[in-house]
Amino acid sequence: MPKVKHVSAKNGDVIVLVGTMKGAFVLRSNKARKKWDVGGPYSIGAPVYAMAFDQRQGRRRLWWAQQSFQWGTVLCSSDDYGKTVTEPEAYSVKFPEESKLTLKNIWQITPGRNDDPDTLYCGVEPAALFESRDAGQTWSPVEGLLNHPHRPKWQPGGGGLCLHTIVPDATNPRRMMIAISTAGAYRTDDGGATWQARNNGVRAEFLPDKHPEFGQCVHKVVQHGDRPERLFLQNHWGLYRSDDAGNSWKDIANGVPSDFGFCMAAHPHDPETVYIVPIESDQYRCTPEGKLRVYRTKNAGESWEPLTRGLPQKNANETVLRDALATDTCDPAGVYFGTRSGKVYGSSDDGKSWHVIIEGLPAVVCVKAAWVGDDGKNLPRRHRGTEKSKAVKSKAGKSRSAPRKKASAKSKSSGRARAAR
Amino acid sequence: MPITVRIPTYLASFAGGRNLLAISGSPATVSEALTALWQEYPGLRDRIVDEQGALRQHINIFVGDEAIRFAEGLLTKVPADAEVLIVPAVSGG
Repeated sequence: MPKVKHVSAKNGDVIVLVGTMKGAFVLRSNKARKKWDVGGPYSIGAPVYAMAFDQRQGRRRLWWAQQSFQWGTVLCSSDDYGKTVTEPEAYSVKFPEESKLTLKNIWQITPGRNDDPDTLYCGVEPAALFESRDAGQTWSPVEGLLNHPHRPKWQPGGGGLCLHTIVPDATNPRRMMIAISTAGAYRTDDGGATWQARNNGVRAEFLPDKHPEFGQCVHKVVQHGDRPERLFLQNHWGLYRSDDAGNSWKDIANGVPSDFGFCMAAHPHDPETVYIVPIESDQYRCTPEGKLRVYRTKNAGESWEPLTRGLPQKNANETVLRDALATDTCDPAGVYFGTRSGKVYGSSDDGKSWHVIIEGLPAVVCVKAAWVGDDGKNLPRRHRGTEKSKAVKSKAGKSRSAPRKKASAKSKSSGRARAAR
Repeated sequence: MPITVRIPTYLASFAGGRNLLAISGSPATVSEALTALWQEYPGLRDRIVDEQGALRQHINIFVGDEAIRFAEGLLTKVPADAEVLIVPAVSGG
């Protein structure tokens, strides 16, 4: 077994969470983001498709999904960057018996808005949205989506029928966008009671009807908190922008070598700036021409520029998956991505230049980044929170959240805190 | 006589660190033995069966030398002095 190392981070540091097919890693640097310490692996041998860092209300809590071929999928957490891991005795994310569904994987973990600090969301496979209103102790499926009339017609993509993207709206606490492969994008405007397909203009190249109501293979949707009605979407063929909260989408694949790709990340401070990594498709699914290029738009998709300084431009047949590109909230912004070949690249200057943070990891499926102790001034509005919110409601949402102290006590009685394995 | 259940190292961390567990009572089937096991060690349940109560795909259970998949599944009979073996299947990549 590999030797497990730990990092500790203080306010002002930057951490990058890396989920791989063989466990989770935690990278730490100071704000210069030049030298990195590496913690992990945690959940050794387990695919980790989802990670999150919750620093609302002074927490410093890591979350990740530990998937096992044998033992199923369980949400783990740590309040000390992995040194002590809580793996609950009873799995907290699971389908109700009457659904006849069984959890295959957790693809996304998203903390809720800053003004709703005990709410978290999980996107899972088979496609469903789970919500916790007690800081992650208990979870319930959002029934409006679980019982959606389209569900019987949703088809799995290559990775399975997964809900991989969760975008709580920046200003409207009743609104949320989610994306499912291959069902497309759905939005609720009533706190999760009902969900409408929002794929108008997004093509489904692989279907006879290229513009169905749903069935698109949306790979990622991002929103900037300062301009919440504007969304960007990376599709399985197609790059889009919406200026009306997803009611309609406009093709913005202007000057990219391929409009296929998986990942997409918004700049933390500039709502016009978005990053992608185009992929050659549909058979090869590697970076075009053997060049590893991040593309950036600074004008909301009117044009895109390749970012190549420090990235290999020869024999770089790489794949960056849908959750493997992220930005931190520093200024200038840090941008990070991981490859299926086990490399993690970082930029500390908005993407102008890049360096390898670590290589030789197992295949990277998830990258998240955070500026530790960010008090919110540098965060997009979604994280700051601007109005009193009511989160998307599930059954669990009917009872208000417990204070952290109580939740912690419960965690100790029902979970297992242990030294990392 | 109580039956014994042998579990792998990963599961032992949810059973007080022990690999060999004695089940009291007289469970007649594997299903009954597992129910007794959950009562004593609740952390084992979700790791061995899914939320619909089905044995996870890549876990094998033997009663003595007999794989229950090729017998009567969870309804396989458990003799009074049997050892039930829970082992992860060879899988992964």
